[in-house]
Amino acid sequence: MHLPLEDRLGMNLLAANQHQAEHNREHFEAWQVLALNVMSSPGAGKTALLERSLPQLAQEWSMAVLEGDMTTQLDAERLEAVGIPVVPITTGRSCHLDAAMVSGGLKLLRQRLNPNQLDLLWVENVGNLVCPAEFEVGEHHKVALLSVTEGEDKPLKYPLMFRQADVVLITKIDLLPYLPVELEQIRRNIHSINPNASVIPVSALSGEGIDVWHAWLRSARQNTLQPALAMA
Amino acid sequence: MHEVDMTKCLLLALQQWREEQASPQAMVDTIHLEVGRFTCVEPEQLRFTFQAAVAGSWLDGAQLQIEEIPFVGRCLACNGTYSPTPEGAYRSPCCDHPLEEIVSGRELRIRSIDYRTSLQSAVESQALSLQRV
Repeated sequence: MHLPLEDRLGMNLLAANQHQAEHNREHFEAWQVLALNVMSSPGAGKTALLERSLPQLAQEWSMAVLEGDMTTQLDAERLEAVGIPVVPITTGRSCHLDAAMVSGGLKLLRQRLNPNQLDLLWVENVGNLVCPAEFEVGEHHKVALLSVTEGEDKPLKYPLMFRQADVVLITKIDLLPYLPVELEQIRRNIHSINPNASVIPVSALSGEGIDVWHAWLRSARQNTLQPALAMA
Repeated sequence: MHEVDMTKCLLLALQQWREEQASPQAMVDTIHLEVGRFTCVEPEQLRFTFQAAVAGSWLDGAQLQIEEIPFVGRCLACNGTYSPTPEGAYRSPCCDHPLEEIVSGRELRIRSIDYRTSLQSAVESQALSLQRV
């Protein structure tokens, strides 16, 4: 495509990534797959949440996971054990997934299954509260996790992540009785930086709040993909 | 070190710009960027990785001129603007309203490129500035 110079200047520095992200999203829409970008600090419980959610959700949806990890495939092995197709993406020195990496993961995924049969694609990002917020991968929604052990102030210290998130899961709430942390304060801090975010407290261990989280997913899938269906 | 990936994106954009618009002999003097304060880009690191990345390439010698854009929010209660701070939980100091509208601070933009063609540099060394209007 030939763009006039005026369009090229004034362009976003991340245009190359955004272009690829839009390309990925076109695939998701064509396949009618809801794509979620799951982000948090290391150890907030992304994989544990998926281990809890996937077996339940598998009763109604066909799913796959693109699993970002800097050097290992440990998380991918944990999720494979649940019986969901997982494509590991080892990012090497890079501390986040970008749209091109996800595009590469999609190519591998298509060798294993027909994407038209998928309902939901999880992209589990590298554990990091900074960079993944800035790099879109084509997702419909950004899901951020914050565990109660990380402290009330984290939404204020890593504002971009919590600003960009569409839904924030406050994880490990089974630990609340042992911590000098107020759930309401965490919620208030998230809503100060992002008043429109849905906030859902959950425990992957006890299962508390998981039903609310799954209800959010159902309505997200319906609201995101239904307009595309109507237009087709 | 996401500035490495930011630099990669920037180089891709500049490469495309050269192929599509400029003469292949274009020599870039300065790239003017706008970087908002509410992004995860550290201007000093971006400059550093850019200089390392362009060494020996067609962009060797090009300078990054980075203008930092302040982080400004609008209070939807009174319509006033303010500088959101972590200490103030990013809420408006006037009405204690949460951060809804971001007026500026999310910029990551190539604003303009100063370059010259080899023909011009033979005649005069004046940089041709292409300002976005």
